[in-house]
Amino acid sequence: MKADSKFRRSSEWTPDMAADQSSPSSYVGVPSGVPTTAAEIARLVRFSEVSAVSVVDAYLQRIRELDAGVHAFNLVTADAARSAAQRVDADIAAGRDPGPLAGVPIAIKDNLCTRGIPTTCSSRILGDWKPPYDATVIERLRAAGAVFVGKTNLDEFAMGSSTENSAFGPTFNPHDISRVAGGSSGGSAAAVSAGFAPVSLGSDTGGSIRQPAALCGVVGVKPTYGTVSRYGLVAFASSLDQIGPFSTTVRDAAEILEVISGHDERDSTSIPQDPLDLVSVLDRGVEGLRIGRISDLPGGADPEIESRLEEAFDALRAGGATIVDVSLPSMTYALTAYYLIAPAEASSNLARYDGVRYGTRVEASDTNAMYAATREAGFGDEVKRRIMLGTYALSAGYYDAYYGKALKVRRLISDDFAQAYRSVDAILTPTSPVVAFPVGAKADDPLSMYLCDIYTIPTNLAGHPAMSVPFGTGDSDLPVGIQVLAPTLAEQTMFRVGAELERRAADQFRGGR
Amino acid sequence: MSAPESQRISPEAVRKVAKLARLELSTLEVDTMTRQLAGMLEHFADIDALDLSAVEPMTQPFPLVNVLRDDVIRPSLDRDEVLAEAPHAHEGRFQVPPVIGMDS
Amino acid sequence: MSTTQDTSLTNDTFVVDGYELVCGLEVHVELATATKLFSASPNRFGDEPNTNIDPVTLGLPGALPVLNRHAVELAMRIGLSLNCTVQPSTFHRKNYFYPDMPKAYQISQYDQPINVDGWLELPGGKRIGIERAHLEEDTGKSTHIGGSGGRIHGSDYSLIDFNRAGVPLVEIVSRPDISTPDEARQYLAELRQILVAIGASDAKMEEGSMRCDANVSVRKPGEPLGTRCEIKNVNSIRSLGRAIEYEVRRQVALLEDGEVIRQETRHWDETDGRTHTLRTKEDADDYRYFLEPDLVPLVPDPEWIERVRAALPMLPRERRQRLSEATNAAPDSESVMVVVERGQDDYVLAVGASGAVDALAVGARALVHVKEAYADQGPEPQVPAADLAALIDLETSGKLTATQAKQILADMVTSGGGDAAAIAAQRGFEALDDSVLVGLVDQVIASQAEAWSKFCAGEDKAMGALVGAVMKASQGKADGKAVTALLMSRRSS
Repeated sequence: MKADSKFRRSSEWTPDMAADQSSPSSYVGVPSGVPTTAAEIARLVRFSEVSAVSVVDAYLQRIRELDAGVHAFNLVTADAARSAAQRVDADIAAGRDPGPLAGVPIAIKDNLCTRGIPTTCSSRILGDWKPPYDATVIERLRAAGAVFVGKTNLDEFAMGSSTENSAFGPTFNPHDISRVAGGSSGGSAAAVSAGFAPVSLGSDTGGSIRQPAALCGVVGVKPTYGTVSRYGLVAFASSLDQIGPFSTTVRDAAEILEVISGHDERDSTSIPQDPLDLVSVLDRGVEGLRIGRISDLPGGADPEIESRLEEAFDALRAGGATIVDVSLPSMTYALTAYYLIAPAEASSNLARYDGVRYGTRVEASDTNAMYAATREAGFGDEVKRRIMLGTYALSAGYYDAYYGKALKVRRLISDDFAQAYRSVDAILTPTSPVVAFPVGAKADDPLSMYLCDIYTIPTNLAGHPAMSVPFGTGDSDLPVGIQVLAPTLAEQTMFRVGAELERRAADQFRGGR
Repeated sequence: MSAPESQRISPEAVRKVAKLARLELSTLEVDTMTRQLAGMLEHFADIDALDLSAVEPMTQPFPLVNVLRDDVIRPSLDRDEVLAEAPHAHEGRFQVPPVIGMDS
Repeated sequence: MSTTQDTSLTNDTFVVDGYELVCGLEVHVELATATKLFSASPNRFGDEPNTNIDPVTLGLPGALPVLNRHAVELAMRIGLSLNCTVQPSTFHRKNYFYPDMPKAYQISQYDQPINVDGWLELPGGKRIGIERAHLEEDTGKSTHIGGSGGRIHGSDYSLIDFNRAGVPLVEIVSRPDISTPDEARQYLAELRQILVAIGASDAKMEEGSMRCDANVSVRKPGEPLGTRCEIKNVNSIRSLGRAIEYEVRRQVALLEDGEVIRQETRHWDETDGRTHTLRTKEDADDYRYFLEPDLVPLVPDPEWIERVRAALPMLPRERRQRLSEATNAAPDSESVMVVVERGQDDYVLAVGASGAVDALAVGARALVHVKEAYADQGPEPQVPAADLAALIDLETSGKLTATQAKQILADMVTSGGGDAAAIAAQRGFEALDDSVLVGLVDQVIASQAEAWSKFCAGEDKAMGALVGAVMKASQGKADGKAVTALLMSRRSS
């Protein structure tokens, strides 16, 4: 796809854009007249200083005005959102506890099951499937008083790094709509960046929260594997998938995680522990923390991104942290391990889309022919590619050479991290080697697209937490994200570092770079 | 560096894998897929140099064991709600075309 | 083909034209849990289609499995009853497409099953090795509509009911130690009894809660194992024997014609009594097994295993042994087998213990009475053990004849017990005075002169008529044995 005129490209995906003569140059912003962080909204709504309805109306208004250019949403649930906000206001009026996220609008990646509301995974194969149940995170957010504004676009079944592999067309970067939002949770990242919601949920299998967060200039967190229940998250790669938040502030990410984390008996891989306690540590600073710099980090990041990383180290040093070199020699093999393990699991996870129980079906004379026709028509190219790759890696005669070997490399990477974390408390890397790239730039070269995740993949393999925090800009004034890595269950350390980077960035990059 | 011809994935292998995965690839798709998979597998050959003989495979990021549930019934889903989502349902059941050549 | 084959069948071997049978069985049993293996929807047979379903059962996107503790314990019970080692285990995905397999993979234990290396002892004492007994989930049920009589081929469409999908199964795989069709039947019958006794399954073949596949091959004694065929669709213990016998003859006939056996799966057809090719090895699927990432390993600690072991009830084999010792009947005698299978052995022991005379004699008599009169009673017969013991005391002391005792017991079964002496009095069953009996015998010798002279001439057959006549004259009160003795002594005097 060519990408020169914003107007034409927008109209290609959103016909009603043609009528919008005042197409803005930047879609980044927030609604006016209402609080714009989750923490503020929840506080003011709780004390009736602003109504939940007025907050959600302001956000819905912004979506109505601007999403045609961004295409963050597959579906906006405006009526349900207003009703939910009214319930919150009614609860408060009646003196009932409205919950810690009272009236906070939130956008949900469209691979999280929402009862009675289409959940498409941006795939044709699910049609307008309406799940008969809610994901655990949806239940918890609803109980906390959050207000769902809609389902956001993604790379089909979360497979991709640009949200171009969506059956419904790409999501565009609010900073420059000729560029991608990153992926696979591009819709959720763009929604927060564009001020369509103060917070959103994504899922991260190899970087699908952190990479689009970096490209869209927002905060994105992938918690420790097992911290947030995967029940109701449509599986891509079960041993890697984890749900996490997008937000404009580190504090908001902490607020969301405190609500959605904690043990869930419906997910066997859920760690039996209490919800995370994060907000309380945000002001602690980084004094005394040892921060790792990976001496053998695979190269290839844009020079300006390398510069931002150095400035981030400087900022933490200024905050009292020590910078320590660490070595992760196996990191260079992470891409291979990931692109064998994730597709192998995916080939099995996506076998259930067979046209029998839900979703679409292409009729044929017998069941096998129906399967093949349905799956051929229902899946996009990238999904087929990964199903093929994964099926091959697991098939008789190839298991040991590919999947079996990849599992061992995964161990090596995990061991490398364990070794590194003996001498440091957290590690900084770039989130992405590049800033947001033009739509279509990598569409025909799967491998170059896969390389976008080179810095994010290793933590998924190890199961560790990681977050991306906006830290200045690079080429064409596009956002740069710095990634904070920490050991298993060390989310508190990670958030202290993230919060410090956020404070330093606010000082350093005030008024743009 | 390209892999020796014998190790490269062939269109026949791609067709066989597609059949296993129940994907009905067109001739064009088989060609594209063969080329792309070959490229990837070539890239993934980087791990062939590693000595992994003493390394235990890692399948779970967090080591849990014995996660068990009590044997207590919870309400079932509503059949009508579920069947309403089916491409084809009949007499309370899911309908599929004849099951032939399914090896069972 | 059987007409031309030379078959020799003994207790230990089944030889056709010089070939012996080598057979192993794979038995699937549905566990008697309240819910499914990985989800909380009901495990219940016979409900309306698609009413026992939840997101996990249907393989809905986003659903995740969580293992049922009770299913694990039942699997452990099975393993321990079959003398297996209970070990740490894992679950794999077995990937294949079929409309009644919701996720397009079955979660099953693969290279690390929960139970390994055990054995089952047949009633006669032979041990059949158990390779493994592992947990897995059942599939839904397909019904093929149209075409010829519900068969897959030629049907117009199929309907799927997922009630059974996800029901916990244990697959019990024997070693190929079975040498005769009868041993196969005994194995299955014994296994069934064990499963019922330990509460692991109702093991009803007719409802499909126990299903059996047989791996059958033949070889000349001492030669390496032959190519095996797997026989499916065996729906009763009786057809298992028939199917194996047919399959042996089929394979021997092929080998004798110089042909080779193809490794394949064959379908037993109850109506024509033959097996038919279902699929050959060449179209075997590539299941792409890999560790199920949504589940974690199962590592039962020794305390847990011992708790399960300690809670096991006595197994049928031990109960037969115990009953045998208490009754002097052989452990594999019909009466011992039948009474233990009905679960009435405890009762028989209780009767023996409450008798006034020698417990062994009372137990032996009780075994016969219970086997014959209690076919419709469960493991807890209504007649109090003491009542039956009192009856047997009267019988063994000669106050009642065997016939009278049976009649009284029939009355007691109908009314749920009673005082044997009182019923005997009611029915007028006083024991005959010896002098009265002598008088009756003399009376009959006189009235049945023809039979008497034949008897005296050495025709023992004539005795039946004489005894019958005495019994009739005594209105059933005479003891057959005493009458016979009197007649014999009269003849010799």
